[in-house]
Parts: sequence; structure tokens; C-alpha cells
Amino acid sequence: MNITGNEIIHQYLRHNKKFPHVLCAGCGHGIVLGSLIRSVHQLGLPKDDVVIVAGIGCSGRLAVYVDFNTVHTTHGRALTFATGIKMANPKLNVICIMGDGDALSIGGNHMIHAARRNIGITALILNNNIYGMTGGQSSPATPQGSVSMTAPFGQLEESFDTVQLACGAGANFVARGTVFHVHKLEKLMVKAIERPGFNMLEVITPCHTQYGRKNKYKNPVEMYRWLKSNAMERERFEALDEDKRGDKFPIGVFVERDEPGLEERYHELKARFAAGRNG
Amino acid sequence: MARRKKHKEIFALGNEAVVEGALIAGCSFYGGYPITPSSEIMEIMAQRLPMTEDGVFIQLEDEIASMGAIVGGSMAGRKAMTATSGPGFSLMQENLGYACMTETPLVVVNVMRGGPSTGLPTSPAQSDVQQARWGTHGDHPIIVLSASDVQECLEMTITAFNMAEKYRTPVVLLLDEITAHTREKIRIPQPDEYEVVSRIVPSIPPEWYKPYEETVRGVAPMPPIGSGYRFHVTGLTHDENGFPTSRPDEVVDLMERMHRKIDQFFYDIQMHDELMVDDADVVVIAYGCVARSAEYAIEQARASGVKAGLLKLKTLFPYPRRATEKALANARSIIVPEMNMGQMSREVKRVNSGRASVRTINRVDGQIITPSEILKVIMQG
Ligand SMILES: Cc1ncc(C[n+]2csc(CCOP(=O)(O)OP(=O)(O)O)c2C)c(N)n1
Ligand code: SF4
Repeated sequence: MNITGNEIIHQYLRHNKKFPHVLCAGCGHGIVLGSLIRSVHQLGLPKDDVVIVAGIGCSGRLAVYVDFNTVHTTHGRALTFATGIKMANPKLNVICIMGDGDALSIGGNHMIHAARRNIGITALILNNNIYGMTGGQSSPATPQGSVSMTAPFGQLEESFDTVQLACGAGANFVARGTVFHVHKLEKLMVKAIERPGFNMLEVITPCHTQYGRKNKYKNPVEMYRWLKSNAMERERFEALDEDKRGDKFPIGVFVERDEPGLEERYHELKARFAAGRNG
Repeated sequence: MARRKKHKEIFALGNEAVVEGALIAGCSFYGGYPITPSSEIMEIMAQRLPMTEDGVFIQLEDEIASMGAIVGGSMAGRKAMTATSGPGFSLMQENLGYACMTETPLVVVNVMRGGPSTGLPTSPAQSDVQQARWGTHGDHPIIVLSASDVQECLEMTITAFNMAEKYRTPVVLLLDEITAHTREKIRIPQPDEYEVVSRIVPSIPPEWYKPYEETVRGVAPMPPIGSGYRFHVTGLTHDENGFPTSRPDEVVDLMERMHRKIDQFFYDIQMHDELMVDDADVVVIAYGCVARSAEYAIEQARASGVKAGLLKLKTLFPYPRRATEKALANARSIIVPEMNMGQMSREVKRVNSGRASVRTINRVDGQIITPSEILKVIMQG
């Protein structure tokens, strides 16, 4: 029997949790959660083996609604808790959900070191270009020139390119998707979850309430339209002349390596000692 | 009857004894960042843990990450610890509060150095007593222990793990550089000589389990992540199922239970040693390396006919009020020597409420308080 996406999702929601959820109508974060559930379902992972570790922000609230092991940590630190969980029990599928402020500002140091360490964690960075939960202040992903509560005259600083940051830090797998391109997003997410080592997936997701309204988007639909017309397959983007790129940005896979994660290396070391003990 | 096996004796640093104690207590997870004068704890763990059956060692990028990692390690079922010193301890505070709020057992060793800021990196101090109690934000109970010699470093580390597991709470062990870097002969206890406590895991079906349920002890069972009990953990104020709440009655229930689970067991938690306190006119209240100076000073005072006694604090928080009250009721005068500007004498004075005269001896120059300094004040009467 073919079950619908909705039916799948209902198998994974927490029925004893008091809905409604905290997200605004039109927020992309819910789409990410839907994709995550479908990816886990597609991979056939038992609920008990999945741990969602979330930071603080609107993105961080996703953890509360799904029936996995869920840990809502401190702002910026999700990866540190996840590192402990993964090292303590490498069998678990540890998935971190972070906002762009969470992962790149307060948690920037943990982000680069988790990538360098290549620990077996899937890092989902929900990039809405703004601090959503605290009311629309600039984040390290706020584009230069956009308006925010803390950049009322336009953002003066350059923003981070999350993908390049993760590539430079040594992640095993680096990809970018958007909540508009949901099927593609799911494919990327499945890859990110099933692979060894540190896998970073940036998801571009609109925050109409805090970012869109203050900038040029009249309603959520306009933001999704913007995603539709500007996200471009990486290969096509790279073939495009620099002066034609404008607002366009690449999505797809940027790095794909199969290096073992730190936890696997550590357990090899332990196996050497165990062999010494027994032999 | 079988002859008792001889104790293993080793010549160890305080910091080494901490590692021995941790391994005896079942510690199998260490995450940390090096800082003087605590670094040996981390270095020895790096060597020892990979050789044990299930030991995990990881060096993190900073102390914030260290604290996050050991909370994660503990949630996944390990007995976890980290060690640090003043500046690193400051960085740990936010996630230490998270551990209090989520009732995650773990042990933090802080080998204190002079402060504020980077202060006196290689000199002894007792500068973080109040930081250990109040360093993180919000109202929460916490257990803070200390040790005054190398043997005690081992024993108090075992106790710290036991209390952490028993009460599902972080426990801070405060050492000073002198205790951590003194080398003494210590006895490694036989397995039947100490108790090792492990957290209670639920035995009921997962559907019935409530991670923050009220129990007689105030402490709910805690299953490792991944063992079939799926629940939500958050630093937000939560209900008994772990879901965020701001309903006043649920907020109050949580806060009261968190405090009660420590308060109602204070006889078990508040540990101290007494030396000639019963008939003493002058009682010295001390902890850490200063307690050893005080012990010597008291023997000298007794030799010259002055009835002096020592109350050595092993638990700093919750503050051993009963033992102090007894000393305050019987003694004419109390002396609190410590290597800070008066962080523990504040507690003594609070309990005293004017009953006896309380004098302090304070040093913040990175030098030990000597027996003769204490003796001089004792002899003033
Ligand atoms: C240590 C600390 N500093 C600041 C905050 C306040 N704070 C909460 S959420 C947030 C930013 C949220 O933005 P982001 O991470 O981009 O996630 P979003 O809400 O946009 O999903 C901040 C600054 C906090 N909770 N903790
Ligand atoms: S504020 Fe923005 S990120 Fe937060 S729920 Fe609303 S739309 Fe989503």
C-alpha cells in the first residue's frame, strides 16, 4: 500500500505534545522537519536510533514535536552535546538542527571543529538569513545591504558562505538545498544522514516575519518565488559568467568524501588495545 | 580465613589520584580542554581511557564544548567528567546550569587558581568557592565538594561520582594547586572497600516512562539515550514529560522538586571531619590545603594548653550547617582561614548570626596559609 506523505509524518509526531507548534505560518522550518522525517523514514532508521540535537532559535524548537530522542540544548552548542552523544554511543544517528545564528555566530567555533574532527554527525543549518526567535537582528548570514533590527541602515558586514566554510574546515559532505526544492532537499538529506563523518547540509529557508517583511518581500509566497528563481544547480551556476550571477546561488553537493568519522578512528584505537589485552 | 590482599600503594599527585578515583567510580567519558593547574588530569585520562574496555576520551575546542560534550556523554549513559581551572570553569557555567536543569549527572573538577581573569595561573588559591555555588544563572541546587590531601582526592572523586549518579545532578570538586600538585603515598582501595553508585534506569515499559516524574526520592530514573525510552530534554522549564511549560504550577513543581531532592538528603551530602572540636574554645573551620595547615596549628595550640579544634569541610555546598552550628554553640571563637577574600567565612557568618566571634585569615597572594599564621590567631584567644 502506498502511504501518503502526511501519513508518514503522523507516524513520527509526538501525540502527547501540546500542539499547535510555535512556528509562524509560511515559515520554512516546518518543511525542513517534514523532509527530515521522510528522509529518516526512507532510510528505515528505527526511532530509537535517531537523536535530534537542536540549538536555540525557532529552528531549535523543531525537536520538541518529533518522536525521536530529542535534546534541545543551549544557543550555539548543539554540536558539542551531539559530539558527546556520538562518542559515547557511535551506533546512534545524531542529527543536529541549528539556525544560521546558532551554527555560524555563537557556535562558529564548534562548527569548524566538528567539521575538522570529521565526527559522525549530520549538521542541518537552517539558514533564514536572520535571527528569527529574538526578533530579526542581523546574523552572520544576513546579506550585505539588507535591513535588520540591528542594521537599520543596511547590513555593513559581509555574510558567511556556509558551504565554503564547511568545505574549508574539512567536512566529509557539504551540500546546500532550499525548502522550495523539496524533493532535491530530501535526496540531499538522505545522503547527509546515511554517510560516515561530518555531513553539513545548509537549507535556505525563508523567515517572512523577521526578514522578508523588512526587506523587499511582501508575503511568504514572494520569498518562495525568490528561492525558485534564484537557486540553481551547482554545475549550472558554475558555468554562468560571474556578471550574470546576480542574486543566484548554487545548490547541490559540494564535497563528498568517505573518510571514516572520528568515532570510528577512536574505536579502531581501542580495538588495538583490546587485542593487546586478549592476545 | 583468606588473608586480605595487600592494598596497592602508589606515589601519586593529587591530580593523578583524581583519575584513579574516577576510574574506580566507573567514569568512562572524559571531555576537556587543558588549563594549568588541572592539565595532568586530562593528560592521564588521555592515556588511560582508551585502554579501558569502554572508555572514551575527547579533547574539545574549548571549555564550553567540553561541558556540552560531557552532558551529551552522560545522557548517552556514561559516567562523565571534565577538569578545569578558574577561567575554564567560567566558560562552563552556562552548560553547567543546563546540566542542573536537565538533571544530568556529571563531575567537574576545578583546580582553583588565583583570579580574577587569568590571574595567577600556577599559584594556589581557593578563589572559586562562590563561583561553584552561584556561577551559573538562575536558582538551582548544586553539590560542591573539596579535598585536602592526595588520598582524599581519590576518595572525594569517588564520592562526587556517587552523589552525581544518586541525585542526578552535576557535582563540582574543588581542589587547590597545592593539593593537586602534592605527591604523596596513597592507598588504592580494594573493590569491597567502597560503594559505587550508578543511576537508576527505568524498569517500566517506555510508554509509561516520565523523565521528570516526582518520586519518593525526588529523583526520576534516567535511561541512556538510544535504549528505547524516547523523550525530550530541554533547558527550558519543563513538565514531568520534559516538554517546555510556563504554567506557573508546573514551573513551581519543577523548581521545588529540584531543590528538595538535594535538601532532603543533606545528612548524606554534608560531609565534614572533626578534630578535637567537642571541648574546643577556639574552632578553626577550613577546607582544602588550608585544613592541613590548620590541623598542625591545632596540635601546637593544644600542646601549649589552648583548647583548639578543627572542623574540616569536605562538602562546601549545601553548606554543612549542622556541624557548624554545633561548633558555634560550644566555642567562644571561630577562625576561618582561606585563600580568598572571605568566600566561605560568608557562609559561616550567615549560620552564626552573632553567636560567636568569627575571625578570618585571608590570603590572595598565591601563597599558602601556614600553620604559624593560624596558630598566631588562635593564641590571640
Ligand atoms: C547565550 C545566548 N545568547 C543569546 C541568546 C538569545 N537568542 C535566542 S535565539 C537567538 C538567535 C536565533 O537565530 P538563529 O540561530 O538564526 O535561529 P532562528 O530563530 O532564525 O531559527 C538568540 C540570539 C541565547 N538564548 N543564549
Ligand atoms: S520568526 Fe521566522 S524563523 Fe521564526 S517561526 Fe517565524 S518565520 Fe519561522
